[in-house]
Amino acid sequence: MSDLAQSLSDTGTITWRNITRLRRQPDSIFFGIVQSIMFVLLFAVVFGGAINVPGGGDYTEYLMGGIFVQTVAFTCATTCIAMADDLSRGVFDRFRSLPMSRSAVLAGRTFADVAFAGITTAAMAITGLLVGWRTHSAVLEVVGAFALLALFAYAMLWIGAVIGLSVRSVEVAQTAGLIWLFPLTFLSNAFVPLESMPGWLQPIAAWNPISSVVAAVRDLFGNLPPGYVPPDYWPLQHPVQASVLWCAVILAVFVPLGIARYRRAASR
Amino acid sequence: MARLTDGWGADVGRLRLDARMAAVTAEGLVKVFPSRSGEVRALDGVDLEVTEGSVLGLLGPNGAGKTTAVRILTTLLAPDAGRATVNGVDVASDPQAVRRSIGLSGQYAAVDEYLTGRENLLMIGRLYHMGSGAARTRATELLEQFDLIGAADRPAKTYSGGMRRRLDLAGALVARPPVIFLDEPTTGLDPRSRIGLWEVIEGLVSTGTTVLLTTQYLDEADKLADSIAVVDRGRVIARGTSDELKAQVGGERLVVTVEPGQVGQAGEVLGRLAAGPVDVEEHTRQLVAPVSGGSAVLLDAVRALDEAGVTVLDIGMRRPTLDDVFLQLTGHHAEADQGGAPAAAAGQGGADR
Repeated sequence: MSDLAQSLSDTGTITWRNITRLRRQPDSIFFGIVQSIMFVLLFAVVFGGAINVPGGGDYTEYLMGGIFVQTVAFTCATTCIAMADDLSRGVFDRFRSLPMSRSAVLAGRTFADVAFAGITTAAMAITGLLVGWRTHSAVLEVVGAFALLALFAYAMLWIGAVIGLSVRSVEVAQTAGLIWLFPLTFLSNAFVPLESMPGWLQPIAAWNPISSVVAAVRDLFGNLPPGYVPPDYWPLQHPVQASVLWCAVILAVFVPLGIARYRRAASR
Repeated sequence: MARLTDGWGADVGRLRLDARMAAVTAEGLVKVFPSRSGEVRALDGVDLEVTEGSVLGLLGPNGAGKTTAVRILTTLLAPDAGRATVNGVDVASDPQAVRRSIGLSGQYAAVDEYLTGRENLLMIGRLYHMGSGAARTRATELLEQFDLIGAADRPAKTYSGGMRRRLDLAGALVARPPVIFLDEPTTGLDPRSRIGLWEVIEGLVSTGTTVLLTTQYLDEADKLADSIAVVDRGRVIARGTSDELKAQVGGERLVVTVEPGQVGQAGEVLGRLAAGPVDVEEHTRQLVAPVSGGSAVLLDAVRALDEAGVTVLDIGMRRPTLDDVFLQLTGHHAEADQGGAPAAAAGQGGADR
């Protein structure tokens, strides 16, 4: 077998392993779905009337883009914990003693977790539709929005993987994988418009990758009110390009970092 | 080769082994781990050699460096100095080739809990790039051989400790590698599972597989290993067959159990008769004295203890055990190390990972 074919075959095997593990833990799928539904309902009901959307749109519609992005971003905590868990159980020792591809363990992990993110995204979309969220764009754009969410989820999972391989225990991974996601998602346009933030905070939120992806998803779903004028920042005026660029940057940094960490991780 | 076979000349069986090549070699392995209190030299110049088709037992207490040695030989860890080969291939220059010829079963039993026993073995077969048909056949074969066929399609989390270890060991054998590394294969197992696993390992050796086994149990090394390297604080402090090591200690052991309160007195009496330091275990009131001179010493001891007014509850002679060897070589017992010297144990425990 050529190196590439071997690498693909190993990635397939590890993806199969992780998806099988997931299938055998239906409770974790269940709670993932419950969490997605809960987020949509809480934000839509609690914040529903409290926030004015620039241009006078419907908050539930405005909100859904933010909820989608926040939830897929949070999936990276799952990856983080799973990585730390495999590391602590000696599973990686077994893998690293096999003549398999070095990158397959991480690739297989992230592919399986992106599938999990797909399930939670579907749960959110259905709940959203039930509470009044609708798309107002061409089918291709809707497909594009989900594809962008998948790409962003995938990039974020690699950050989770790097953190999971860097911490010393599963307990630490549970906190370390999650804690930075709160400022990241809240310092963005996910739940409130950029315009409502203090002036000094606006550029930070504008250049936050979350904001680009949220803006892109809203745009692609047609969830922005007609005549909406994006704030005067490049990533928000070209959100799709900025989102793809951000994902590329995250992957370019964290994929090699993750593989290097994996090689060294078990030697701690 | 020379190091391990010195003094084996008279043994014809060993001579035949000498003609075979070394499946595993290590020269001057050094590994230093940083720790809060400076550095821990987990390995401090270790040389090893395992003849093809034989079993080398790496015997030592927790933190001796056994696991570190195995991790280097199985390409999981790079040494700070020294070199090692497996099946003639250097572990540093071509780790992937080394991985194709080894199987590793670690002390943590790296079994995937949510996969069934069969799925665990299939996964490993695929990762060795066996065809899926071949992987399937091999998995069934191993499940039968390891008495797991009845539980083959149950998730491994329902398995007992002994079953997990067997599955982990089966995982190491999927690709029929010529060299197997077993890192403390029976640590934490109940006696029955332990004996079951010994039988499996013996069966493995009878098919010509080379085995490097680490253990902190003297009886295990005694039972399974053709030759033993005693490791303490990152160094090999003795090597040879079990019999050679026992002969190295010399003589016999006089074992005496006395009434409470008389241990000190008995120690003094035996000290005069012994050929070396007397080992005293306060809580069992048992004293072990190395002696030479056969049964005459036994009579002398009974008389001397009687004259000193010591009530002897039990007295007898036995051949030295590997524990005696360890005690003589290191000044401490092999298996009683867990509780003692907390600071040193903590540092070395870290190094043993």
